[in-house]
Amino acid sequence: MDPAHKARLDREFSDLYRAHLRDVYSYAYYRIGNHHDAEDLTEQTFLQAYRHFERAQAESDGRPLRPWLIRIAHNLAANLYRDRSRRPQTPIDDTTELRTQHTTEDLVEGRDELARILHSIKELPDERREALIMRFALGMDNREIARAMGKSDGATKVLLHRAIKQLEGIVTAA
Amino acid sequence: MSQTAGGPLDIESMLRLALAPVEPPAALRVRVETRLQELTDLAVEELDSWELSSMRDPRNWARPVVATAVGATAGTALVVLRVRQQHRKRQAASRNPLDLAQRTLKAASTEARRLVQR
Repeated sequence: MDPAHKARLDREFSDLYRAHLRDVYSYAYYRIGNHHDAEDLTEQTFLQAYRHFERAQAESDGRPLRPWLIRIAHNLAANLYRDRSRRPQTPIDDTTELRTQHTTEDLVEGRDELARILHSIKELPDERREALIMRFALGMDNREIARAMGKSDGATKVLLHRAIKQLEGIVTAA
Repeated sequence: MSQTAGGPLDIESMLRLALAPVEPPAALRVRVETRLQELTDLAVEELDSWELSSMRDPRNWARPVVATAVGATAGTALVVLRVRQQHRKRQAASRNPLDLAQRTLKAASTEARRLVQR
């Protein structure tokens, strides 16, 4: 490999890392449910991504690489569960930041609903839960989620719709 | 995707709140960047006939970037900022995930109320 090419790849990977560390960590955290394993998963994701970066870049045809990164994390998480033969200990053990605009009344009234959401997400099938994590924690659009999950755009739209509907049903029934 | 804003249950807004992005710990940044740098160095050693200086620049690896886009009103931004500043204390004091989420909401509520009372 040409040294200049290698240096350029390293710089570009560094940019990718900077841009998506929080995305990968957020995905890992909500997917696994604890910070310790989420840190390990995040580290392994970037190490694996580094090894395959050149090929991924060549195959991406200029498209964003975030779905590829999340797909690596997804596969590693699946391996983790297979190895340990266990489910997440809890789907969420932390909520760190408020992004949306709320009035005082909204926040007070929202506390119970948030609790129901937190408890209900773990009842969803893995695929639906993952789609919701990608949409709401990472802000991925349908196309990105489709690429990350290896699905068509249409199938992803249906998946998200059903996930929200099912969650709504669980929360309402709770 | 249906929006239920204004209805009895705005599930998508609640999902955005419940699944807010999680900031990676500083120690994780150091750990990952160190490992990546090691990988780069390994590759460099294998390519010892190459010009090493162009590949080993530690500045290539990322440093934490403090840049938060705040798309809400100044008041909301202030609430979020104050709530986030207090996050580590709440995290340390919380007993479980729900407890932490409730503490976060309570802190946001308190900060919002303070702003309204000014």
